[in-house]
Amino acid sequence: MKYFKFFLIIIFVFIFQISNAVENDLGIKITKNLRCLICQGQSVYDSDSEFANSVKILVSQKLKEGFSEKEIYIFLKDKYGEWILYEPEFNKNTYFLWLLPVFMFLLGGAIVFKIFILKKN
Amino acid sequence: MKIKIIPFFIIILFLVFFGVFFKGLKNSNIYVPSYNFEKEIPSFTVSLFDSNNEINSDEIFNENKYYLMNIWSSWCVPCREEHQYLMELSKVKNLEIIGLNYKDNIANAKNFLDELKNPYSSIISDPDGLIAIEWGAYGVPESFLIYNKKIIKKIVGPLNDNLVIEISELIK
Repeated sequence: MKYFKFFLIIIFVFIFQISNAVENDLGIKITKNLRCLICQGQSVYDSDSEFANSVKILVSQKLKEGFSEKEIYIFLKDKYGEWILYEPEFNKNTYFLWLLPVFMFLLGGAIVFKIFILKKN
Repeated sequence: MKIKIIPFFIIILFLVFFGVFFKGLKNSNIYVPSYNFEKEIPSFTVSLFDSNNEINSDEIFNENKYYLMNIWSSWCVPCREEHQYLMELSKVKNLEIIGLNYKDNIANAKNFLDELKNPYSSIISDPDGLIAIEWGAYGVPESFLIYNKKIIKKIVGPLNDNLVIEISELIK
């Protein structure tokens, strides 16, 4: 019984630590995906500007309120526009950006196909 | 025939890249978030600067008047420069200036106002910068001209002569 209690305490401590770590990791992941608008070129996570620090507080507060990662992005996008997110949306300005790698891949594939497979036959 | 197509293709590719980058050179790399002027101003609960009373923001912006919400701080150097313009605007009848004290030490903020006078009809405080985020602001100073619960003009950076003239014309 004594050992049982001891193990129970250890398990509780670990569960507590894990849940805490998960929340922090998510906060870090989100702030790494946000662009700091004052020190452009840095993420909110990397920056120590007043704005970035406020956003960090906001993100941890929203996570505590139960917002999901996506909801936080939507909230900030609504306030600051799409630019605050590092991942650009798929729209008419970014067709080229998103489709170029696919196009390159297909082109490369076609070249490989032509050189190695058609020639062998 | 094959030999001719490849250099031609390379030249075209080069020209396309040149065009894209040349155009990119002339774009401004300073981003100012766009604002949707159709949206209503955010609603939030906030504590007043000189007392600890909490009020809802709807109580501040409820009259049929123009409001200029100015985000300021005592540590912000451009705020000092723009203060004279705020004093000037505080004399305008149809306009009420609301201050949002951004991440400031209250004693310093009070000294700032004692020294340069107080243009604000009321001041709300924002110790964590979270209310500024509600407004889509990202620095100090920033000002919002509000009428009928909608933002009609957003000014990033300090006020100047031209902006004061523009504001006076907008609220006529």
